[in-house]
Amino acid sequence: MPAKVKVKRQAVSPVAHYLTLLVFALGVLVVLTAYASAQQTPASSEQVWLSLKDDVFGDRAIVLDDGVVRVEAPKRAQDAAIVPVDIFLDPAKAPEGVKTVTMIIDVNPAPVAAKFDIGKDAGITHISTRVRVNDYSYIRAIAETADGKLHMSQTFIKASGGCSAPAAKNSKEALAAMGQMKLRQFESTENMSKAEELQLMIRHPNNSGLQRDPLTQYFIPAHFVDKLSVSQGDRLILAMEGGISISEDPNFRFDFTAQGKEPLKVIASDTEGKQFESEWPLTTPVSN
Amino acid sequence: MSTLTRRQILGWAASSALIHTPARAAVEPKLSALADGVYAFTGAEEMMEPANQGAICNVGLIVGTESAALIDSGGSYLEGVELLRAVREITDKPLRYLINTHMHPDHIFGNAAFKETGAQIVGHTNLPAALEARGAFYLQSFRRQLGEELMRGVEIIPPTVLVADRTELDLGDRKLDLRAWQPAHTDNDLTVMDRTSGTFFAGDLVFLGHLPTMDGSLLGWMRQLDELAAIAASGVVPGHGPSPSAWPDAIAPERRYFETLASDLRAAIKAGVPLAEAVTTAGQSERAKWKLFDEYNERNATTAYAELEWE
Ligand SMILES: [Zn+2]
Repeated sequence: MPAKVKVKRQAVSPVAHYLTLLVFALGVLVVLTAYASAQQTPASSEQVWLSLKDDVFGDRAIVLDDGVVRVEAPKRAQDAAIVPVDIFLDPAKAPEGVKTVTMIIDVNPAPVAAKFDIGKDAGITHISTRVRVNDYSYIRAIAETADGKLHMSQTFIKASGGCSAPAAKNSKEALAAMGQMKLRQFESTENMSKAEELQLMIRHPNNSGLQRDPLTQYFIPAHFVDKLSVSQGDRLILAMEGGISISEDPNFRFDFTAQGKEPLKVIASDTEGKQFESEWPLTTPVSN
Repeated sequence: MSTLTRRQILGWAASSALIHTPARAAVEPKLSALADGVYAFTGAEEMMEPANQGAICNVGLIVGTESAALIDSGGSYLEGVELLRAVREITDKPLRYLINTHMHPDHIFGNAAFKETGAQIVGHTNLPAALEARGAFYLQSFRRQLGEELMRGVEIIPPTVLVADRTELDLGDRKLDLRAWQPAHTDNDLTVMDRTSGTFFAGDLVFLGHLPTMDGSLLGWMRQLDELAAIAASGVVPGHGPSPSAWPDAIAPERRYFETLASDLRAAIKAGVPLAEAVTTAGQSERAKWKLFDEYNERNATTAYAELEWE
């Protein structure tokens, strides 16, 4: 007695099947690399860092905990897909200014989560964002000052328990709303003399590409926001180059010093070459 | 075949001194009769851990004149094996369907134990993709939580029978109505209604006692509560909590929790309170009313904040 059910079968031609096997074999390697070193500890995370450090920074010296930069994250991730990270910069410790901040999550499949370029005189002292965390890991922020020196802060984070996973919760909706942007302007909480605090939100699945399409068995190509810039008029405030460790619907909140009344402009692009642009008038937060 | 699996279990037991201690003794999921041909096992209201062998979710069995269907397979291979044994004590009819109500490990880690029964695995049309995105991570992270021994035998096995909207399964003089929901607890929630007895198997769309966990869409869940409540049922087997429970009264506590959480978070978002800070206070007035509140509330708040921010 056949039941009335919709059965989806995977009809694959022999050639496609061969390709699938090939892709699958390669894919398994990627996934195994990503997950093989389970049960990470501070020591094993440090090992990963030591092995990737030269690829990112060459043999340049990195000073730990000199106060130029400080990174904060919860001790235990609540939702592995949305882990808030705060990066603080101390202008008093770096009067020459910070040029870039690189955020690294040692054990993630793509450890370099983001590289931020900080506009000259942008006045940024605090950047928060949300990341995916795949296992127990150090999260690191490495600031490069104008004199070319590197300064690092690190914090160890335990992956979340239970069934929370670093994956999109609602992939169909994420794709449908892709490219929508929202900019919120707040009165700065960091420093009363400052004009603004901004929160930029972009709808994007920021897909990791480490998964097969269950129907075709092909690997879904990674699809994420790889570039982003926020400027006021022609003046760069913050730019980012990012990867798949940034959470779905990338979200950045940061303080800055406004100059004049020129509008705020955001340009973002993703790995498929799609470009998202928007402009907002500068509001006067004190009147809110 | 079940002798073989039992022998395997014994083999593992022999290879591990730990499993001989009383704390590691097999949890024997008892399938209690709720109505003629309808049975349920009520899981522990706990986190998945070695002592409970992952047996924390409710499991259902429905038997028709020709075949039987099991609803969820438990949180470990071992629990799956024990469930199959319990099924066999009740009926010798073929187990034609193993219905997975959604992607979470406590509901699907036992799937591999049913391979040799020939049961077809039935799931939401979004379930294969959700498992593809999470399977490897689940296998890795639950080694830490459940331990190597309990993870032995666990495989991520996706469904082959997919439900996109509604479908009917016939067990012989007994029809089951399966319904795929829009994103709520997860983006792959499936419910089962036994027409004969009126028993509604809600999967994790209904939590009682155990704090609901959010892994899909808070707004979607809230939006669908009325539709859920409109289902005519004589009683509900929730995903977690006492079974059976009164229907639709069983929905009231989670509705109250969702509304509290959403209103706290909306106020925080409006005031510009950042996520990391807002999640430590949102929903706290519900604390005394739930088990596992501290384990899950902050996580729910994190997930919900990121969603509500786009309203
Ligand atoms: Zn669940």
